[in-house]
Amino acid sequence: MDELRVLSVCGNLGYGFPKTSLDNGLARDPHIMGADNGSTDAGPYYLGSGDQLTKREQIRRDLGFSLAAARKKKIPYIIGSAGTAGGNPHVDSVLDTMHELAKRDGHRFKLAVIRSEMDKEFIKRAVREKRTRTLGKLPELTEEMVDESVRIVGQMGLEPFMTALEGGAEVVLAGRSCDTAIYTSYAAMQGFDLGLAFHMAKIIECGAQCALPIGANDCILGTLREDHFELEPMNEGMRVTPGSVAAHMMYEQPDPYLFYEPEGVIDLKDSEFEQLGERRVRVSGSRFVQAQTPTIKIEGVRLRGYRTIAVAGMTDPRLIASLDEVEANVKNTVADMVRGALSPEDYELRFIFYGRDGVMGRPSAEDQGTPREVGVVMEAIARDQTTANAVLSLTRSTFLHSGFEGRKATAGNLAFPFSPSDFEGGPVYEFHIYHLVELEDAAAPFEVEFAQVG
Amino acid sequence: MERLYDLAEVLRSKNAGPLHITLDLLFPDEATYRRVADSEALTPGVVSELYEMEVEQVKIVHFDAANAIKITIPRKGPTSGAPGDRDVYGAQQHGPLLDLMIP
Repeated sequence: MDELRVLSVCGNLGYGFPKTSLDNGLARDPHIMGADNGSTDAGPYYLGSGDQLTKREQIRRDLGFSLAAARKKKIPYIIGSAGTAGGNPHVDSVLDTMHELAKRDGHRFKLAVIRSEMDKEFIKRAVREKRTRTLGKLPELTEEMVDESVRIVGQMGLEPFMTALEGGAEVVLAGRSCDTAIYTSYAAMQGFDLGLAFHMAKIIECGAQCALPIGANDCILGTLREDHFELEPMNEGMRVTPGSVAAHMMYEQPDPYLFYEPEGVIDLKDSEFEQLGERRVRVSGSRFVQAQTPTIKIEGVRLRGYRTIAVAGMTDPRLIASLDEVEANVKNTVADMVRGALSPEDYELRFIFYGRDGVMGRPSAEDQGTPREVGVVMEAIARDQTTANAVLSLTRSTFLHSGFEGRKATAGNLAFPFSPSDFEGGPVYEFHIYHLVELEDAAAPFEVEFAQVG
Repeated sequence: MERLYDLAEVLRSKNAGPLHITLDLLFPDEATYRRVADSEALTPGVVSELYEMEVEQVKIVHFDAANAIKITIPRKGPTSGAPGDRDVYGAQQHGPLLDLMIP
């Protein structure tokens, strides 16, 4: 095989891509198609709850078009990090939509499903054998942390995908995946250079995010050859330049010269970028250095409680100048009122003051004088929803009528935009596991199941 | 002297995983990039003061191919999206850099 053409449908299946771009991509006769469907960016809620960031209607649209395209061309189609977080409920949800579409459109294909939820005993054994490592601010992993997790997923590398493809899968639906593995696995099977294959995958897994104008929700074609690869956006209104491709290597990762995969590290220090025509770029020189021991990244969350919030605005200048005083008063009053029923560790209460320091959590050096308007988000978290509702209700009414030094607007402190003012946020989770696990066999925890669809 | 915000073509922040924030500064041309990169205005020391953290926690990479500077820092509060976090995607953490004055 001299040339491998890989079509990336988009950066996140469900965000929507132009159908014309997909058609343009198909006209180039790709050998394989892929789409990423997940990320930790939206926070811990999705892994914890089993919900998806992209809703079923969005998946139905994007998967409908792309699955029909892959089946029409009879080329393998790989979907990674199914359903945002890649846990079993996420995979099952996308799988259900896939069955529905196959029935609707009359598709028949061999499917491989690769699950990525980690068995707790498997991870605890790694903890005992000191094969886990922290990736920064979290403490080293303990068996207790594993036990208290709601769900743990591992990011699969190349091998499970290769097993699926070698087994004849025409569609691969995978749980939590290294984004690069979606696009590198087939190239690895064909014996292409892994430095180039991984680098190309790292770029196209974001769809046309590397293009001008930026378009994560659009299709891009990667063409891999012996000593280079080429990138071309499938939207005719987009182009890539050496600058835009190089700049993309900075996106969402800590180092533009190096990135790590379970199989090893990809070194981009000698990568070269060359413009071809108006809209294409050729990349060469990227190198792969194999790891001595493969590692996989695992992600886990624990339940912190249930949340209720209220949103309100304030314009009174004396109130706005007294927010620290009011906040302390409200917290103290709430603590007094719940005494006997709740102890301080039974609930969390927070105030975010937008217009003052809502994002950064501290006043910026620029701040002078009192803002004209400030918005407040009141947040209560407690062990169950009923308790969170009650604590927030008490907090809201106390804030509304709280006194402070020099108060003139004595009828009420808050402008509520909504009735009812309080909103249940449901369960609240926290990433408490984001660690590396060393494995002799990086594919071991990822089971590949085959099934005939249609 | 000019503000960093006025010199940069792209000045953004984003999660690099749930534990880190990465800040990208892309400049319109090599001269502007070199002006900032070669100045003493944007060092780990300066960034550590702006973000109130230890200087050892700040990693700065100069990326000539894109006329760009990359700064990666740990999240100061909880992990992304945990109770007490204020920016789940980390997309608005570039504020402290805006007014940095570049000679």
